[in-house]
Amino acid sequence: MENLINIFVKSIFIDNMVFAYFLGMCSYLAVSKTVKTSFGLGVAVVFVLAITVPANYLLNKYVLEEGALSWLGERFADVNLSFLSFIMFIAVIASMVQLVEMIVEKFAPALYTSLGIFLPLIAVNCAILGGSLFMQEREYANLAEATTFGLGSGIGWLLAIVGIAAIREKLKYSDIPAPLRGLGITFIVTGLMAIGFMSFMGIQL
Amino acid sequence: MSSKEPLFSAKNRKLITNPLNVQNPITIQVLGICSALAVTAKLEPAIVMSISVIFVVVFSNVIISLLRNTIPARIRIIVQLVIVAALVIVVDQILKAYAYEVSKQLSVFVGLIITNCIIMGRLEAFALGNKPWQSALDGVGNGAGYGIILIIVAFFRELFGSGTLTLPGLGTLHIVPQVFYDWGYANNGFMILPPMALITVGIIIWVQRSRNKDLVES
Repeated sequence: MENLINIFVKSIFIDNMVFAYFLGMCSYLAVSKTVKTSFGLGVAVVFVLAITVPANYLLNKYVLEEGALSWLGERFADVNLSFLSFIMFIAVIASMVQLVEMIVEKFAPALYTSLGIFLPLIAVNCAILGGSLFMQEREYANLAEATTFGLGSGIGWLLAIVGIAAIREKLKYSDIPAPLRGLGITFIVTGLMAIGFMSFMGIQL
Repeated sequence: MSSKEPLFSAKNRKLITNPLNVQNPITIQVLGICSALAVTAKLEPAIVMSISVIFVVVFSNVIISLLRNTIPARIRIIVQLVIVAALVIVVDQILKAYAYEVSKQLSVFVGLIITNCIIMGRLEAFALGNKPWQSALDGVGNGAGYGIILIIVAFFRELFGSGTLTLPGLGTLHIVPQVFYDWGYANNGFMILPPMALITVGIIIWVQRSRNKDLVES
């Protein structure tokens, strides 16, 4: 349990998707004009990360890894399919997103109207594929750890996008040098936020 | 478009030169930022990354452009993802075989070329509606526009952060002479940390937009 809390806090603050690895920057910059829409997108990312990371974890553990196919019998014990992981992960993500979209539309129409437009966008959000690739690289021990990691990094991303959206709403009223307006100042503010988040690095868990 | 049009007509040359400056994928179209920032602490991975992206964007543009009349519109995203993912696997395997150290440094970011918005963006915006040759030029232009920003950012970050420049094939070159250190010059270790990548790109955007007023956002 202690281990899980450790992974959770680490993935939100220390290894924050946006500030430490710059993942999902495209949508982070494009959709962060108002807090309301960025919150919607953030929730969708948390949702999809918490589903796709464990799904890809199982896929990696029982199909792709070296020796993962040994449950099929002796002959498959030394098959290594890890070179296929990119294409498999992205296929799982694209189909999961489609599935989630259909389920949400059927059973929670209210959620769908607020979340729906963001779901198709998410299939090509680097944060989602990045979550699965980091999960593979860091070799989490079991499904619970992988799920916690997915959930935590999603929440970290949500925090980052809501934070920048709130700042940008206020920035509209400031007198910024003309060439910096819009994109330029957003980059610099994100850099300053990242410096803020670096203060979590000293935490020993 | 007539088939007699020269291969490098003025219009076709524009496809390459525009993305380098006024249509730059990173600073103007805001595409492909994710990987642009993470691999720029040193020059060598930035160069390798640029070459990989140029390779993937050119070939995926050409393949999609050849298939553009046969792909049903409803499933085009998944077709594009499969083609791009296959090309990225090729790049990843080549890097692992011939440049293992760099591929370790790039870690997950090679895989993330798949979701690099430049590639999907160019496929959607250009390759689906244009002929293969134009699409190839567009790919070269956008890949190079991406690479140029990557190399500029990496150059400044490595020079000020560690006082060296790492070039493929040449190894690490010490640019800042030892006398400077003896006089008390110190490397700014902060440049290597993630936040400075964001601020460096912010400054590049600032410089570019103050030179070209048309690009300023209202």
